[in-house]
Amino acid sequence: MTVERLLPGQDARDLIELTREIADKELARRADEHERAETYPEGLFATLGSAGLLGLPYPEEYGGSGQPYEVYLQVIEELAARWAAVAVAVSVHTLACFPLAAYGTAEQRERWLPDMLAGRLIGGYSLSEPQAGSDAAALACKAEKTEGGYRITGTKAWITHGGRADFYALFARTGPGPRGVSCFLAPGAAEGLTFGRPEEKMGLHAIPTTTAHWDGALIEADRLVGAEGQGLSIAFGALDSGRLGIAACATGLAQAALDEAVAYAKERETFGKKIIDHQGLGFLLADMAAGVDAARATYIDAARRRDAGLPYSRQASVAKLVATDTAMRVTTDAVQVFGGYGYTREFRVERYMREAKIMQIFEGTNQIQRLVISRHLAR
Amino acid sequence: MNIVVCVKQVPDTATERKLRSEDKTLDRDAADGVVNELDEYAVEEALRLKEAHGGEVTVLSMGPAKATETIRKALAMGADKAVHLHDDALHGSDALGTSYAVSQALKKIGFDLVILGSESTDARTGMLAAMLAERLGAPQLTLASKVEIEGTAIRVERITDYGYDKVEASLPAVVSVVEKINEPRYPSFKGIMAAKKKPVETLGIADADIAADQVGLANSWSEVVDFAAAPPRAAGTVIKDEGDGGARAAEFLASKKFI
Ligand SMILES: Cc1cc2nc3c(=O)[nH]c(=O)nc-3n(C[C@H](O)[C@H](O)[C@H](O)COP(=O)(O)OP(=O)(O)OC[C@H]3O[C@@H](n4cnc5c(N)ncnc54)[C@H](O)[C@@H]3O)c2cc1C
Ligand SMILES: Cc1cc2nc3c(=O)[nH]c(=O)nc-3n(C[C@H](O)[C@H](O)[C@H](O)COP(=O)(O)OP(=O)(O)OC[C@H]3O[C@@H](n4cnc5c(N)ncnc54)[C@H](O)[C@@H]3O)c2cc1C
Repeated sequence: MTVERLLPGQDARDLIELTREIADKELARRADEHERAETYPEGLFATLGSAGLLGLPYPEEYGGSGQPYEVYLQVIEELAARWAAVAVAVSVHTLACFPLAAYGTAEQRERWLPDMLAGRLIGGYSLSEPQAGSDAAALACKAEKTEGGYRITGTKAWITHGGRADFYALFARTGPGPRGVSCFLAPGAAEGLTFGRPEEKMGLHAIPTTTAHWDGALIEADRLVGAEGQGLSIAFGALDSGRLGIAACATGLAQAALDEAVAYAKERETFGKKIIDHQGLGFLLADMAAGVDAARATYIDAARRRDAGLPYSRQASVAKLVATDTAMRVTTDAVQVFGGYGYTREFRVERYMREAKIMQIFEGTNQIQRLVISRHLAR
Repeated sequence: MNIVVCVKQVPDTATERKLRSEDKTLDRDAADGVVNELDEYAVEEALRLKEAHGGEVTVLSMGPAKATETIRKALAMGADKAVHLHDDALHGSDALGTSYAVSQALKKIGFDLVILGSESTDARTGMLAAMLAERLGAPQLTLASKVEIEGTAIRVERITDYGYDKVEASLPAVVSVVEKINEPRYPSFKGIMAAKKKPVETLGIADADIAADQVGLANSWSEVVDFAAAPPRAAGTVIKDEGDGGARAAEFLASKKFI
C-alpha cells in the first residue's frame, strides 16, 4: 500500500514520486532474485546515483540536493520497503560522506565530495573491528605518520559494501586512548589493502559485508579528515545521523511486512471466513500497523529536530531503538499471519524477518542505544 | 543541431481505458496520463545525440491541458525546452489532422532532426512519422534501432522481420525509433527541479498557422462509427497430468494448429 506522506513541499513530493518509480522498477523487481542467489546488483548504485539519490542531505554547492533529513529519510524508507539491503547500503554511503562533508577542508570537499554525492564514488564506513564493536574506543588498527602520509596496519571488520566500495571512512589509531583515533578518507584500491571473503549472513545477502586487512598501506596526508585525534567524535557524530537512516530502513521493512500480511489476511480463509475477519488475527494486524506508524512518527520527529538545528542524539537513539524493535516484532508477526507458508522461502515475509534482526545490531546495538538514552537521562 | 522530439501523452496501459460515448473519442480524463513509452526512447536518443553533437532538444506535444505533465517529464529527463500545441479545435483529430497540425508546429519551431516513437500505445496507427515526413518534404527513417549522424548525413539501422536495413539520408529528416535503440534514463531529482523553470511555449492553432477546417473531430477523414468492449477472456483449458499429460498437451496445440 502506498504510504500517504506529509511532506514539506512540492519538490519533496516529486522526489518521493521519483523514488517510488525507481524503487518499483529497479529494486522490487530484482530483490528476490539477488537475495536468493546472493549476487551483487551490478549497475544499480550508478542508476541511483545519476537519479540524484546518493547525496540528498548534502549541500547543493558540492552536488548534493540540500534536502532536509525529514525528506531524505523518507526516501530511504521507500527504498527499504522494496529492498532492505540496498536501502542500508545507501544509508551507509550517506553516512560515509558525513565526515568529509562536516569536517573536511574546503579543498578536500571540492576534490572528492562531488563524485561521492553523485554516486560516482560509492562509500563504506569502517569503524568496527573484530575486538571492538560496541566499544569502538577499543579499536586497535594503527595509522603511523610517515613521510607523505600515514601507514595503516590492522584489521577492520563488518564493512558493509566491503571490497565493492570506492572509498571508506576509516577510523584508525594515531595515538593512545579515546583521543588517539583519527578519521581518514581511504581509497578502496590502496596497495596493501585486501578484503576478506564476504561473511555468510542471515540476511542482506546482495550486499557483501567483509573484513579489511591493512598491511602497511600508505594513505596520503591530505586524506586525514578533521584533526588528528578527532576521529571518535567524528565517528559518533556520523552515527547519530546514521542511526536515523537505520530507523528509516527498519520502518520501510516493517511497512513492507505489514502490507504483505494484510494482503494475505484478506485472501486466506479458515473456518469459513477471511482470516483478517477473525478478531484475534485482525488485532495482531492492528498492533503491527500501530507499530509501523509509531516508528515512522518517531524517526521523523528526530529528523525534524536535526533539521531545526536542535540537539537530536537522544532522539536518534530512541528512533533507532523503537523502529528496529518494531521491525523485528512486525516481521515476526507477519510470518505468524502467513502460518506455515510464512516459514518457507516462497514468501517474502520469511526474508523480512531475517533482515529485521540485523537492524537491532548494527550502528550501535539496541543495548547501546539504551546506554545512550540513559546517559542523557542521567545528565 | 536542432532536435525536436514528438511526445504523446497516452492513458496508462495499466489502468482501464475507455472511449467517451458522446463523441467516440478516447476518455483522456478517465485514466492517468503517462508518456507514451516509446517516446521516452525517442527523448533518450535525442539527448544522446545532443550530448555527442551539441545543439538543443525541444519537446513537442499536441494534447489537452494535462499533457503538460508529460512535457515536464521529458524536460526532467534533460530536454531544453518545450512547445505544447494545445487548442480545443484540435480535439478528435485523426492521424491526417494530427500530422498536419504537428507539421505546422514543426515548421514554426524549425528543426534539423525530428524524432518520434514508432507507435503510440493508445491509437497505435504507427503512421505519424511517415505522414510528417511527407508533409515536411523530409526523408523518413522509420523503425530505427540505431542512429548515427555525421555532418549532415544520417544513417540508421532499420529493423525488419529478417534483421535490419542500413538506411542513409541527409538532414533535415524524420526518424521513428523502436525500444531496441537504447535504455531511457530516469529523470534525476535535479532534473525534475530544473524542469520547472524550463520554458514551455503554448501554441494555439492560429499561432501555428493551422487551418481550422483541416483539424478536429468534424474534419477527420476517418470516423469511429461504433465500438464495443473486448469480450472477457474465456477460461483456459487445464490439462491434469495423469501419465498422458504430454500427449494431451500436444493434441491440444495441434488442434489449434500451433504444431
Ligand atoms: C551485516 C552487518 C553489517 C555491518 N556493517 C558495519 C559497517 O558498515 N561499518 C561498521 O563499522 N560496522 C558494521 N557492523 C558492525 C556492527 O556495528 C557491530 O557488530 C555492532 O556494533 C556490535 O558489535 P559486536 O558485534 O562487536 O558486538 P559486541 O560489542 O561484542 O556485543 C555483544 C553483545 O553484548 C552487548 N553489549 C556490549 N556492550 C554492552 C554494554 N555496555 N551494555 C549492555 N550490553 C552490551 C551488545 O548489545 C551485544 O548484544 C556491521 C555488522 C553486521 C552484522
Ligand atoms: C483508440 C483510438 C483509435 C484511433 N483510431 C484512429 C484511426 O483508425 N485512424 C486515424 O486516422 N486516427 C485514429 N485515432 C486518432 C489518433 O489518436 C491521432 O490521430 C493520433 O494523434 C496520431 O496517431 P497515433 O497516436 O496512432 O500515432 P502513431 O503514429 O502511432 O505514433 C507515433 C509517434 O507519433 C508521435 N505522436 C503521436 N501523437 C502525437 C501528439 N499528439 N503529439 C506529439 N507527438 C505525437 C509520438 O512520437 C508517437 O510515438 C485514434 C485514436 C484513438 C485514441
